[in-house]
Amino acid sequence: MIRVLLRLALFTAAVAGLAFWAVTRPATLPADTALPAGDPVNGALVFAAAGCASCHAEPGSGSPDAPVLSGGRAFKTDFGTFYAPNISPDPDAGIGSWTEVDFARALTKGVSPDGQHYYPAFPYTAYAFMTPQDTGDLLAYMRTLPASPTVSQPHDLGFPFSIRRGLGVWKVLNQSADYHLQGELSEQEVRGRYIAEGLAHCSECHTERDALGGLNRSRWMAGAPSPTGKGRIPNITPGVLGWSEADLTAYFTSGLTPEYDSAGGDMAVVIENLAKLPEADRAALAAYMLRIETVR
Amino acid sequence: MKKRVILPLVAALAVTATVGTAFGDGHANADPAIKARQAQMSLVAYNMGILGAMAKGETEFSTETATAAAESLAKVAKLDRSILWTDGTVQGEVPGTRAKAEIWTDAAGFEKAAVGLETAADGLVVAAGQDLDALRAAMQAAGASCGTCHKAYRGPKN
Repeated sequence: MIRVLLRLALFTAAVAGLAFWAVTRPATLPADTALPAGDPVNGALVFAAAGCASCHAEPGSGSPDAPVLSGGRAFKTDFGTFYAPNISPDPDAGIGSWTEVDFARALTKGVSPDGQHYYPAFPYTAYAFMTPQDTGDLLAYMRTLPASPTVSQPHDLGFPFSIRRGLGVWKVLNQSADYHLQGELSEQEVRGRYIAEGLAHCSECHTERDALGGLNRSRWMAGAPSPTGKGRIPNITPGVLGWSEADLTAYFTSGLTPEYDSAGGDMAVVIENLAKLPEADRAALAAYMLRIETVR
Repeated sequence: MKKRVILPLVAALAVTATVGTAFGDGHANADPAIKARQAQMSLVAYNMGILGAMAKGETEFSTETATAAAESLAKVAKLDRSILWTDGTVQGEVPGTRAKAEIWTDAAGFEKAAVGLETAADGLVVAAGQDLDALRAAMQAAGASCGTCHKAYRGPKN
């Protein structure tokens, strides 16, 4: 009897192991994936909208037009400390040796060229929506930036979060196949949704997370505790924020609130990026913000 | 004429009274220099509000009103900083302020940011004499100057 039970347990463990192996297998892209020819001028706009420099640029390095993406910024979380890696075009320390497929797989699947899951401190669940054209343009732009030989620092995480394979399960639970905002949307709102939920990954900060760091989608953009421990990231759902479309567009342009205070903290940096976009994109973002559900 | 002068003044005082606390932490016993510079910020916000309403299309663009607001702002931006940013009136050491220590440790950088506001305000005066498009562009530059200074020299809300 005991032998039967033991065998059953072994069998169950084997099945579970296989299932874990299958579920957590890092996704691949077809080897013949080709990105459209990249336009670095549009790539600079994608780069700004996606806020890449906010995490990956060394503060004060390079010029505003040519940031040095040497990484190093530390992100203290409940799971440990993450360090932004070097994503400059250096072939050894950065991503200079990456192919287009490597780049697209990293951004949209959260998987490194050597087949490891990335931690979702890197907002690939949002970048998953990035179009192939924008992805190609972004790469073309990033290849124009200065290379840095600074070696990326390893993350400092405790067990079991240090096991990257487990992130496969996290991805199954948290990678949404479609946009959060559904329904009949105008062309402008669709554009705003692409910027807000994709490139600009607004919900990464403005939506609260569960114990495993997944977004609580029932409270979309309804604010979250600040990772720095001070203050709160605000609820920006329309009925709570109470800003008009003109207020929102002006805020994304100048950083000035309807009370004529200015954006502070990390949002000031986001505004600097949004201000680089065409005005139509900022208006689209405002239109999106007014379409999401009010959550109190 | 009298009415035109008094109304904005009353409004400015009302804004100072209600918004003033929003810039600090609402401590009534704050240092007089802290109160004074928060009043300065309130006046900046009041005049920016008049210009911003035009830029947003909420009120009609008027060269006269826009110039009045921009010129007020330009004057307010030039208040002597040596008696407003007095030593020790720093967040964490005294109540009622979000002024970061960097204002004093990086005095040159702070001065540059403050001159940035003066320049932006002068730009608004020029734009106010032109048209709505010029005003909107100048508002973006002014907002950026607010953000630049606040990002570096204003501490978090408590």
